[in-house]
Order: sequence, then structure tokens, then C-alpha cells
Amino acid sequence: MQRAQVEVTGSEQVGPYTLLHVARGGLDPGIPGQFFMLEAPGRPLPRPMSLCLAPPGELAFLIDAIGSGTRALCALQPGDELAILGPLGNGYRLDVERPLLVGGGIGVAPLPYLSESLGRPPAVLGFRSEGHAEAARLVPNAEVVIEPTYVTAAIPAGHDVLACGPEPMLAAVALLEPGAQLAWEAPMACGYGACYGCAVELDGELKRLCVEGPVLPAEAIAA
Amino acid sequence: MMILNASGCLDALTAPTIARSLDAFVTKTVTPLPREGNAPPRIAEVEHGMLNSIGLANPGIDRFLSHTLPRLGELGVQVWVSVGGFATADYADLCDRLDDRPEVAVIELNVSCPNVDDVPASVGEIVGAARAATRKPLYTKLSPATADIAEVALAAQKAGTDGLSMVNTILGLALDGRTLRPCLSRGAGGLSGPALKPIALAAVYACYAATGLPIVGMGGITSGRDALEFVAAGAPSVALGTILFSDPTAPGRIRVELANEIGQLGVGELDNVIGLAHAKPPGPSEISSRTAAVSG
Ligand SMILES: Cc1cc2nc3c(=O)[nH]c(=O)nc-3n(C[C@H](O)[C@H](O)[C@H](O)COP(=O)(O)OP(=O)(O)OC[C@H]3O[C@@H](n4cnc5c(N)ncnc54)[C@H](O)[C@@H]3O)c2cc1C
Ligand SMILES: Cc1cc2nc3c(=O)[nH]c(=O)nc-3n(C[C@H](O)[C@H](O)[C@H](O)COP(=O)(O)O)c2cc1C
Ligand code: FES
Repeated sequence: MQRAQVEVTGSEQVGPYTLLHVARGGLDPGIPGQFFMLEAPGRPLPRPMSLCLAPPGELAFLIDAIGSGTRALCALQPGDELAILGPLGNGYRLDVERPLLVGGGIGVAPLPYLSESLGRPPAVLGFRSEGHAEAARLVPNAEVVIEPTYVTAAIPAGHDVLACGPEPMLAAVALLEPGAQLAWEAPMACGYGACYGCAVELDGELKRLCVEGPVLPAEAIAA
Repeated sequence: MMILNASGCLDALTAPTIARSLDAFVTKTVTPLPREGNAPPRIAEVEHGMLNSIGLANPGIDRFLSHTLPRLGELGVQVWVSVGGFATADYADLCDRLDDRPEVAVIELNVSCPNVDDVPASVGEIVGAARAATRKPLYTKLSPATADIAEVALAAQKAGTDGLSMVNTILGLALDGRTLRPCLSRGAGGLSGPALKPIALAAVYACYAATGLPIVGMGGITSGRDALEFVAAGAPSVALGTILFSDPTAPGRIRVELANEIGQLGVGELDNVIGLAHAKPPGPSEISSRTAAVSG
């Protein structure tokens, strides 16, 4: 984990989401599923974001503007600077034989980098609307389903599932694929084990998601 | 001058490099029995700060002594152990068990956590019992949520505390934007960060004047300038809490910024700033000579 002051190199709309490019600033992009804490301009606490893409010399984050912090991040312009810390937490295990990426909504964020790392395996992505589904263009070999169809209806048997998405989706995937690897979320103040704010129940105990996760085997969490 | 972390704001075993950038590491408050802490969500951001209701999640003193403390002792940084209990006897017992441990430099008595339901006995009583149980230096951590904090500090001094850590968080409430229900599962939580700074400064100012005890000042410090103000109010050392969450490099940065602030002030060493806020305001001639020193 390292911290760097980096410059915004680009900001592009992908459907309702913003793909924020920043200079890499000497930071290691880490393993897919790991995340960075991004300084949210004007806010006291940084925001956790999964790495979406690692183009040469850059890091890119796909951001859904849902509140004050994410709106401030999406408003950043090329040339602006921000502090970022990472890579943090535990990413996906990449030693899988028949990978299938499963994503829902903004949960597609870590999948483009994951897809590159695994040689572009098949993916199933679920979205709320056609507009949101524009984000699917970031993930190669993706089959897209739109609500009311759910991703769980489109998961073929016999794969090693690596998923990220809203809690109900992860819970449904866990029931279907007990061997899946799932990326979870919790409110985080620090991202590196200092605040104990990100506690989630794991194996019957409250543990720090930023230290134990965010990617966990499906059987670890009782959703 | 020492820069410490505020209790509960750093885990030295998960982030040893950051712990080593401090002059001393303060543990999260250790209680007699293990505590899971409160149910999530237990943090929320507010304007100029945050709320937490972690609820003293810790392994309990037995496991702390057998597993955590030996590893802290190997870090190569001074260790202060924060302890908290629910009755006077708890504090005496915790201090007694830490007394013969060479890894422990100082014991901080947390008599002020806003996130637990049981209100412990009076501060004087707790400090007295702890004093009788250990020869280690004792720092008493005070809450700003009291009518007259100087009186509490005096009671702690009378009972034998060697120093004061101040301040702990103060209760605050945040409501979810959509549901208008509390953001934290516990309802209210401890407010920390920049919003706490003026409250903390007032507390340090009052307790320095009343007791003259060494103080570790904390509450919303984010820069060398903030640290300088705590020193001027009467705290020769400072602790960093919430700022560590957004900037784990803060100890080194603030040390450099503070040195620059002292240099610009033209007062020589940091020692000359301790308690400066209590001196009578400088006359016109002093101001002009100081300005000259700055511009020269
Ligand atoms: C490991 C990790 C990786 C993440 N990666 C991404 C990513 O790549 N792209 C992305 O857009 N978002 C990601 N998130 C979620 C993102 O961090 C939150 O949406 C963001 O912190 C919200 O901040 P805000 O100030 O905009 O919203 P706030 O004003 O803080 O909150 C708005 C609403 O969102 C809820 N909320 C706040 N934080 C979270 C959270 N962490 N998870 C779920 N709900 C939350 C609040 O309760 C509130 O209802 C990730 C979260 C984690 C923990
Ligand atoms: C997440 C969190 C956990 C804390 N845990 C403790 C604790 O266990 N014991 C304690 O004495 N103070 C605890 N505190 C209070 C801090 O030590 C400090 O007094 C307070 O946060 C003010 O400093 P700051 O504004 O720099 O954060 C905690 C604060 C935060 C934010
Ligand atoms: S986010 Fe602070 S401990 Fe996990």
C-alpha cells in the first residue's frame, strides 16, 4: 500500500457512470478485486473504489455518483489532483480453471481489469436499464441481461464464478454457486484496517472487510 | 514533542510502517473481556468530521497480553496501552496486569468512551484505584462532554495521574438522507475530526491552566498549524485520529509542517510555544519586531 498525489488524466461518461482516469503516480495496480481509497474533494473521508482498468501509466475507476463523495469524484476534470492510497485488501484468486465473471450494475467496475488478467473469459452482466448496460462495453465477451431478468438466470453450470454486485445479487449467486468468489462492500473510513468501521459478519464473527476481503469465498459470509 | 496516534485510530499490527512513523503507538482501548463491538453500520461521515460507534471492539485483556502485546513489543516503537472498564475495580485490575510488562511505556485510562452504555464511576476514583495498582506512568483520557473539564482534570491530578489525553469524541447524530433514520445502527456515535477541534482546544486550554500537567492534545488535528495551536493551548504532545484514515502519511507530514510553522513564528524552539496562548497578548512593539523577523 502506497499513497500518491496524482493528476486526473481523463473523465468519460459510460452510460450513467463516470470512468475516471488518473496518472499511475508510481502506484502498483495490484490484483483485480483490490481497491484504492480516493480522496473525495471537499469531504473529510476518502472513498473506496475498485480498480477498473490499468492502462499503461494510468489507473481508471468506474464511479456511480450516488452521494456527495462520488459526485465530487465524478466532477473532477483533467489536470485536477487527488490523493489515492492502495492497492488495498484481497483481490480475486486467479488460479481458476473455467472462469465466468458475473457483475451487476456498478459491480461491473472491477471486471474489466479482471477480464484482462484472466485472458478475457466469458461474462454475464445484469443491469437495471439499457442506459446502465452501456457499461458492458468495458467487459469483453459479455452477455447482458436487463431487469426483470437477473444474472442468476443466465449463469451456465460448470464454471468458477467471480462476481461483484449488489448484496442481493451476491446472496443469490452464493446460493447457486457455493464455490464462487464474491466482492463485498461495507462503509469504509480508512481501507487499511485502522478504523474498524467496515465490520461484517464472517464465520460468525465481526471482522474487518478491508482486511479479510473485499473478495471472499461465497461460504464465508452469511448474507 | 511527541506525535502519537489517537487510541482506536490505528492498528499497528496491520500497518506497522505507519506505527513506526509515530513517536509512540497507542492501542485501541482494551477491556477486561473480549468485545465484538456494536453492530454495523458503525461509521458515518458528517460535515467536517465523522461519527463512530465501534463500541470498543477488542480482544480482551487475556488475549491482548498473550497475543497482541508481545508482537507490539517487537515493533520498535514505544507502546501506550489504553484501558477501559465498567467499574473502578476493572481499571485497577487492568493496570495490575500491565504493571510488570516491559513492553508497556504508559497506561492511558479511557474514562470517556461515548459508545458504551455503562457509565463508570467518578474519574478521581478510577485514577486513584489505577494509581494504587501500577507504577507505570498514567495518562487519563478525558471527555469534553462535561460542564467543567478543568474540575475533572484536577480530580485526576489529585488522584495521581501523570498526564492528560484529551479529548475523546463527543456524541453526535447523523440521519440518512432518504429515510431520516440514524445512519449508525446504535443511533448516535462519537464525533471526531475537524468539527471537534475548537472544543478540544478549549478543553486543553482550560486543563493546562488548571493543572499544569503534561497533555497529549487531540481532536481534529489535520495539519502542522493545528498541532501548533494545541501546543500553544498547552499540549506539548499531540495525537492524530481521524486524519490517519484519509492520510496515513500524516505523522511525517505534520512533523515537517509543524517545524515550518515554528520557523515562521520566529520564537526559536517548540518549547517556547507550549502554553503561549495563556501569555498576555503581545504589545505593539513585539508584534512589529516579530513581523520584522518573519519578513527578514
Ligand atoms: C471495496 C469497495 C469497492 C468499491 N468500488 C466501487 C467502484 O468501483 N465504483 C463505485 O461507484 N463504487 C464503489 N464502491 C462503493 C462506493 O465506495 C460508495 O458508493 C461511496 O463510498 C459512496 O460515497 P458517497 O459520498 O457518494 O455517498 P454517501 O453520501 O456516503 O452515501 C449515499 C448512499 O450510499 C450508501 N453507501 C455509502 N457507502 C456505501 C458503500 N460502501 N456501499 C454501499 N452503499 C454505500 C449510503 O448509506 C447512502 O445511502 C466500493 C465500495 C467498496 C467498499
Ligand atoms: C473509529 C474511532 C475509534 C476510536 N476508538 C477509541 C478507543 O478505543 N479509545 C479511545 O480512548 N478513543 C477512541 N477514539 C477517539 C480518538 O482516540 C480521539 O480521541 C478522537 O477521535 C479525537 O481525535 P480526532 O479528531 O483526531 O479523531 C476513537 C475514534 C475513532 C474515530
Ligand atoms: S475501513 Fe477502516 S478498518 Fe476497514
